[in-house]
Amino acid sequence: MSDQNLYERYHRQIILPEFGEEGQQKLQKANVLVIGAGGLGCPALQYLAAAGVGTIGIVDDDVVALNNLHRQILYSVNDIGLSKAERAAHILQQLNPEIKVISYNERLENKNALMLFEDFDIIIDGTDNFSTRYMINDACVLLNKPLVYGAISQFEGQVSVFKNGNEDDVNYRDIFPDPPKEGEVLNCAEAGVIGVLPGIIGTMMANETIKLITGIGEPLVNQLFTYNALNNQVYQLNLAARKETRTLIPKDEQAFLQTDYVWLCSSPVNQAEIDSDAFNQMIAKGNVDVIDVRELYEIPTVNEFEHIRIPLAQLGDQISMVKSENVIAFCQSGKRSLQAAKILSGIFGGSKKIYSLRGGIVEWKKQKQTV
Amino acid sequence: MSVKIILFGKLADIAGSSVSVDNVPDTDSLIDSLNKRYPELATTKYVIAVDKQVIKENTVLNKKSMVALLPPFSGG
Repeated sequence: MSDQNLYERYHRQIILPEFGEEGQQKLQKANVLVIGAGGLGCPALQYLAAAGVGTIGIVDDDVVALNNLHRQILYSVNDIGLSKAERAAHILQQLNPEIKVISYNERLENKNALMLFEDFDIIIDGTDNFSTRYMINDACVLLNKPLVYGAISQFEGQVSVFKNGNEDDVNYRDIFPDPPKEGEVLNCAEAGVIGVLPGIIGTMMANETIKLITGIGEPLVNQLFTYNALNNQVYQLNLAARKETRTLIPKDEQAFLQTDYVWLCSSPVNQAEIDSDAFNQMIAKGNVDVIDVRELYEIPTVNEFEHIRIPLAQLGDQISMVKSENVIAFCQSGKRSLQAAKILSGIFGGSKKIYSLRGGIVEWKKQKQTV
Repeated sequence: MSVKIILFGKLADIAGSSVSVDNVPDTDSLIDSLNKRYPELATTKYVIAVDKQVIKENTVLNKKSMVALLPPFSGG
């Protein structure tokens, strides 16, 4: 297409004084990855393609279903059963043949996330589950990639921009440090969603992305925007980065690859604490390191099962002694071991499963006597 | 002293979109009081904001304080 035609295509935004030809060139050079071509992804993709974002990647391993069509407006009944990523790419390419659209018809997982993200300047999270959302957040923090976040439920939506440029920049875990467990928060399939809501929130995500790329306006950095479609109330919160957040995020690529995000979101709320029965079962199964975090002089002594002794205060220094995939901490009453479990979770992220023996060794010995 | 709280998402289904709580000097006592009135809140995940600032530690409230409770959303 000639320069004249390109100018014509984007004329109405180029004549905006804040935007201009410079803004258009910035969009042309930008690489944006949209994860999830669903309710949020469809409108976000449509506006980004129309605006002339030079390269757009689409990740989704799902296929179009009839019950998607009330909100996933890129697709028609002819697309049912076909790959969302491929159909979306095809439709966007027809809308704007001047841009490059790449489809990734695959599930985003630890093993492909970092490599995929490397090639893009901005990541857009339009996914529909917590395990992927936390994984995307952590990957963006590790790679210092700006993340445009949006999420919806029923009639309400949230939008934010996590710049991930330096330590003061807020990420999703500064708001919600740990993933909710299965069943704690309902998803759209369970709770329902009004079709136009992802249209509004997804379009806002496209708008935030365009502002980030062109440098105009004030993106929702360090802010969480919420919108209620029933009463049109909006609420905007100020966010602050927290030092503790960093300990929840895998510290490097290796730790990221080993983090089991599905497990983090699927285990029952109190799984980190186990009772004597579960403790005995886990020991019998193996692949577990049991740590006595009491001081070395404390009694009763334990010789019923194999364990290592690292007093709570020295846990950080002697961490190399912990090798198995599962780790159970115990102490006298179950209190210090809970602290230990927290410390261990901070060190290992999700790469190990950490448990604390409820009631401590005192309760365990009591149970043993009654058997 | 009465403090006004606005609730979002599932929290509004449990307690209504807006409630007032009397005699609560800080956010910890506010949450205690809400949990007694609406036990289901105690097992629900949310973030607390006081005067539009997300807080993680116990925070002193005054009669002008505006408290908001927001749950995480996963839908897309």
